[in-house]
Amino acid sequence: MQPKSNRLWFAQGIRDGIPIALGYLAVSFTLGIAARNAGFNPWQAFFVSLTNNASAGEYAGFTLIAAGASYLQVALITLITNARYLLMSCSLSQKLSPDTPMIHRLLVAYDVTDEIFGISIAVAGKLNPFYNYGAMAVALPGWAVGTYLGVMMGNILPARVVSALSVGLFGMFLAIIIPPARKSKVILTLVVISMVMSYLCGVIPFLAQISTGMRTILLTVVISLIAAILFPHEEEPQEVSHEAIH
Amino acid sequence: MKQSINLYILVMALTTYLIRVLPLTLIRREIKNKTLRSFLYYVPYVTLSVMTFPAMLEATGSIYSGAAAMAVGIVLAWIGVGLFPVAVSSCIVVFLLELFLI
Repeated sequence: MQPKSNRLWFAQGIRDGIPIALGYLAVSFTLGIAARNAGFNPWQAFFVSLTNNASAGEYAGFTLIAAGASYLQVALITLITNARYLLMSCSLSQKLSPDTPMIHRLLVAYDVTDEIFGISIAVAGKLNPFYNYGAMAVALPGWAVGTYLGVMMGNILPARVVSALSVGLFGMFLAIIIPPARKSKVILTLVVISMVMSYLCGVIPFLAQISTGMRTILLTVVISLIAAILFPHEEEPQEVSHEAIH
Repeated sequence: MKQSINLYILVMALTTYLIRVLPLTLIRREIKNKTLRSFLYYVPYVTLSVMTFPAMLEATGSIYSGAAAMAVGIVLAWIGVGLFPVAVSSCIVVFLLELFLI
């Protein structure tokens, strides 16, 4: 098979980025409402989203700013709620060819999100940075514009519509984790255990006090580490998991 | 007030970018350690699972519509339906169900 050109990878990135951008548009709309409560005007909220592109991180930030937190506190909460991106970037660093130039590393890093990471690891073989640029080119504006509109329009959308739109991102998550889980018993088991533990940590009295962001970090590290020790992942031929994403 | 909000924006942007850029620029070579490689391979599946459940059930107006959307999403993803159709189907399920539930 011929290697794809950068232009083709970019186009592919746009194609895979469109559903993400649509989901972002809906979700960031509700984020805009939080931004407005924190005293942000539409353009300021737009820039937060353009420079962060992080749902939980931004939400936590807005909430703290609304409560009059210090810069240090805001930095800390941003760090904690976004710490999973640290893990994802580590993981992505392995997906890039080792000779990828610095400039591409700096640019790819700009938009490591749950969804873009999800489609990036789903690419067969090494990751071409232009794939990410394509996805970013639609996802970033979707996120930022949605936030802007959220501040502008507040609660105009009917609750019914907001409720329906709010599962879109989760549907996308499922589309990323389920196909590989179907093919690998280990991943299937991990998915089930992760969900059960996530639920339990939310209801067990002492554990439930841990913030959602922190819970995500802890569970991710603990479960992945145990899995890595018990079931070292065998390197497979390139196209393991992903015809499902296109 | 305006100025301090702009500083908040800067703080958030810098913190987030550092988290993302440091691993991608500092880790230049392939990691050889098998446990570490396996760990990084499993991370996304665990993170996305943890974030999806039970949050997906709590995201909607009714826990039942959320659960139905999740069930439909899992089935569609299992049979190989793509990213966007799965996401849209989940939304439609919620919308239709909530016409009756709420």
